[in-house]
Amino acid sequence: MIRDTTLGSKLWAVAVWTMVGFFVVNLFAMIGTVVTSSFATRWLGTWLPAGWTTRWYSSAWSEFQLGDVLLVTFQVVGAVVLISGALGVTAAYALARRDFPGKRMLLLLFLLPLLIPPITFGIPLATVLYQTGLAGTFWGVVVANLVPTVPFVILLMILFIEQIDPKIEAAARVFGANTFKLFIHVLLPLLLPGILAALLLVLVRTIAMFELTFLVAGPTSQTLVVALYYAVFAAGVRAVQSIDAMAVVYMVTTLVWLIIALRFVNPTQIVTRAKQQPAH
Amino acid sequence: MDVLAPTPAVIAGPSLRQRLASRGFDAVTLLVVPAAIFSLVLFVYPFAFGFVLSFEPKAGGDWLANYRRFFSDPFLYETIAKTLWLAVPVTILNLLLAVPIAFRVRLMRRQRLLTTILVLPITLGTVLVAEGLLNYLGPQGWFNRTLMTVGLIDQPLKLVHNYWGVFASLVITGFPFTFLLTLSYVTGIDPALEQAGATLGANAWQRFRHIYLPLLMPGFAITFCLSFVQAFSVFPSAVLLGAPAGPTRVISIAAYQAAFEEYDYSMASAVAMIMGFVQLGIVVAVLASRGLFYRGPASGAKG
Repeated sequence: MIRDTTLGSKLWAVAVWTMVGFFVVNLFAMIGTVVTSSFATRWLGTWLPAGWTTRWYSSAWSEFQLGDVLLVTFQVVGAVVLISGALGVTAAYALARRDFPGKRMLLLLFLLPLLIPPITFGIPLATVLYQTGLAGTFWGVVVANLVPTVPFVILLMILFIEQIDPKIEAAARVFGANTFKLFIHVLLPLLLPGILAALLLVLVRTIAMFELTFLVAGPTSQTLVVALYYAVFAAGVRAVQSIDAMAVVYMVTTLVWLIIALRFVNPTQIVTRAKQQPAH
Repeated sequence: MDVLAPTPAVIAGPSLRQRLASRGFDAVTLLVVPAAIFSLVLFVYPFAFGFVLSFEPKAGGDWLANYRRFFSDPFLYETIAKTLWLAVPVTILNLLLAVPIAFRVRLMRRQRLLTTILVLPITLGTVLVAEGLLNYLGPQGWFNRTLMTVGLIDQPLKLVHNYWGVFASLVITGFPFTFLLTLSYVTGIDPALEQAGATLGANAWQRFRHIYLPLLMPGFAITFCLSFVQAFSVFPSAVLLGAPAGPTRVISIAAYQAAFEEYDYSMASAVAMIMGFVQLGIVVAVLASRGLFYRGPASGAKG
């Protein structure tokens, strides 16, 4: 490793770390504002609120029907995770193990929904779903959320499956395993860490997926993030603290899963979808 | 293997199966079919449907009526400029910040804490960031309060419900995304190249300019494209933190209003197609200019 010891490079390092510090401080202060406000009795024109209370949580829970919203959120997320796992892992296996004409086109087909922002393809998708009558229903929300998550699982799982030596599968075949047995007894145990990682990332992404859910959700199929958007959008109708309490509920829901996910994946995978090389 | 393969036609017999298998088509390949059909039905078909629908105006008129309306109504066509005016500066700023920080972080042994902190805003999503910034950057928020206590300003800065609110939210969610992408490109380059440069007496700037920059240019171009596309499709924070009727009426708001306030799906599809084409245009321009840019430094490094 190269260590620069000139004054200029030391100053540069200080400047860079100051920028990082400024960003991180502002990020935490922003989150801190929401949390503080959700526990505040009255907070106007001072550094800290006049008093502390937890009553906004109970009022937010009843005002925004958070119980129902959370239930719908977990049902949607559960369905999305299971279906994208089933579709994604099988397709990834085929793409990792076989070379066939048109494979590159297929990979492009799976890459595009991840590169194109959801709002761009969400509007035509919502139009189609409204015409079929699926929009506004539970399954409409699930189907819309699957569009980016199935390719996400495929591209992540290809990397995991390619790491498994095909000779292991050949050996299982020699001993008479059929495809189902091969999958259950050989592949699944080997792939479990990868599947778990991919599905946890799908889970976190689906909880936070605003645009697609927003475009196709009806009043009874809203997830938490969409309900939060409507609450902020109609700010002034409810107390600010109540909305902040809801935001904290949303944050906790997301962060619990993020913390679980981070035990299995490298944080950079959330963005780059690839195994990061070790730092030098 | 019999369990694996689908029963082929009797006459073609195993020869067809073998011929297909030799080209990579067997029962395992068929596993890709459900996901492929899914993507075709729910991604390609809606796009094609929206494309065709955009040429069938709801209010009648000829096939280009939607596009003509978009480009003749300033309330509509100005959304392109407004969105670009947000997305381009934010993307450039994020990339300019991300590069030096990634070069510093690459030397760290324990990157995980920092990357975890940076993943937070991406995971929390734009809606929560918008809600948080409404409080934090507001006239009574901690940000303005700190600046006033330090004595930098006398009056609170107006940072929400205008351009700067959306700008800040795009930095908070966009910078970590740009940074993590940049970091993965930067750490992907063999440090032996830099060490060779250092051995020959190149200082930090020369090593960056003549070794890393040419090698990283393709990666930076892709990072720029992905970050730009994300920023260009800004929606919730432009509504919540910006002035959705004025300076931050971005193109996704126009598309949303056409679809869900005017119930004109044909016009909404037209706006979505225009949005897609502007994104595509910028991406193609950046990737094409990458070729031009790349040659410069490589030949310059000789001198």
